[in-house]
Amino acid sequence: MQADIFRRRLLCLRKQAIQSHAQLDPQGRANSAPVPFGHFKDVHQSFKRSGQTPLVAIKNITFDLKAGHLVTLLGPSGCGKTTFLKIVAGLISASGGTIQINGRDVAEPQPDFGVVFQQANLMPWRSILDNVLFPMEILRRSDAAAKLRAQELLALVGLEGFEQSYPSQLSGGMQQRVALCRALIHKPKLLLMDEPFGALDELTRMEMQDLLLDIRVKTDATVMFVTHSISEAVYISDVVAVLSKRPSVIADYIVVNLPYPRSAEIRYSAEFTDLEHRAGRALGITR
Amino acid sequence: MTFRDVRNAIYPLVGISAILLIWQLYTHFLGINRIVLPSPLDILWASISNWDVLLRESWPTFLESVLGFALAVAIGIPFAVCVANSRVLNLTLYPILIATQSIPKVAVAPIILVWFGLGMQSKLVIAFLVAFFPIVVDTAAGMRATPVGLLELARSLRASSLQIFLKVQFPAALPFIFAGAKVAVTLAVIGAVIGEFIGSVGGLGNLLLTANSQLDSPLAWAALIWLSVLGILLFGAVVIAERIVMPWSDVGHH
Repeated sequence: MQADIFRRRLLCLRKQAIQSHAQLDPQGRANSAPVPFGHFKDVHQSFKRSGQTPLVAIKNITFDLKAGHLVTLLGPSGCGKTTFLKIVAGLISASGGTIQINGRDVAEPQPDFGVVFQQANLMPWRSILDNVLFPMEILRRSDAAAKLRAQELLALVGLEGFEQSYPSQLSGGMQQRVALCRALIHKPKLLLMDEPFGALDELTRMEMQDLLLDIRVKTDATVMFVTHSISEAVYISDVVAVLSKRPSVIADYIVVNLPYPRSAEIRYSAEFTDLEHRAGRALGITR
Repeated sequence: MTFRDVRNAIYPLVGISAILLIWQLYTHFLGINRIVLPSPLDILWASISNWDVLLRESWPTFLESVLGFALAVAIGIPFAVCVANSRVLNLTLYPILIATQSIPKVAVAPIILVWFGLGMQSKLVIAFLVAFFPIVVDTAAGMRATPVGLLELARSLRASSLQIFLKVQFPAALPFIFAGAKVAVTLAVIGAVIGEFIGSVGGLGNLLLTANSQLDSPLAWAALIWLSVLGILLFGAVVIAERIVMPWSDVGHH
């Protein structure tokens, strides 16, 4: 009990420190700065292959994540960005390096994280409302308040009136919105999104990006987002970490200073295209 | 009723009527002996004039099938769950299951009769034995076919094994379980009849054998028809149960 109070005070102090002081530090020179929200240092991942040298998926990823920020991992297919996200989610363990969120080492899944996968992964046997409430059931916090929050979230993503529908009655974009609500239902400290809009058509995708920007304002969650779309990365992010081809390292660390609220017009601004160019250069697409 | 409902009802009726008509005309105009092949009208007449006997003899066959099937569900599903989730149990029990399944049930039936007597228990056990296999195989397949994404989601929330089983694995396996149950329920009827053939004092199988030995072919055919109706009714009951348990499988797709 005593220890618990102490820990909470410590966390509180740490949060204040982050808010007052935190400075983004792409090179990982975190020695002088206070503990950042997310701290990744020398993260390394290799897979054993029978009869061959191990496959190095991630050579070295080092960066810090500021609380309330949206960082995008941008990289080519197969560069290990999804692997990195799954390491942060605690779903797979890294071969080496430090992964710290909120001062804790992440080695297993954290119940206060929310994950959105490439596929909506809805349960066909549950109504939309019950799908959103699934994490609360697992965490044994499914009560009237949770139900109310689920309804609010569904309304927020424009799915009011679909509470009692089944997933098979919804389109792909609508299903992915339900998955987003499900990831947010337990007010996660960190939202991890693995190419969540990758399977959607271009127009739905742009709609979802606006929706995500909107939701960030309303929930102030910290987000780590994986994508291979340059424009998507620049549009939604505070920071774009560009990953190189396998074995991946951080090829560029781009701070996006575009103003909020962002709307589609910004995609045609000079600053936007400059940022896209820079990301393209880091990926080796443009010169 | 929509046009589609009407069409879906009419086509099978037309097909059955055509077959019955050809059958009736064939036996009538070629003067086929009713012992060799009774006409549909003969069978209908035998069904109506012997309805009390048929109804009485249906009851034990119905009970044997339903209880054997219920037993197969009650034992088969937990068995499959254990086998699917435990490597040791899988390696230990699955080969035995396959081996026993390859023994023809007709060959085992006399032994079962020696053990359980001429009464209902022996038929129930044979019905159980034939219904058990499809339920176990389909349930086990369903338990292993849980979508990886759903398991990853549950793991990301650190769900317990019991939570994963109850909230993810088992509901995801339900379509498989019902597929197995539909096969099993019709097999259970066959199992009950096999038992009655080998030795019994009642049931539609017994009636069929008796009528056959007395060269009362119309009654034997009537018993056969009643048996198939019994099978269809039990199959329909499983389909209705499926709709009740899995309402989501019935909703319109986007």
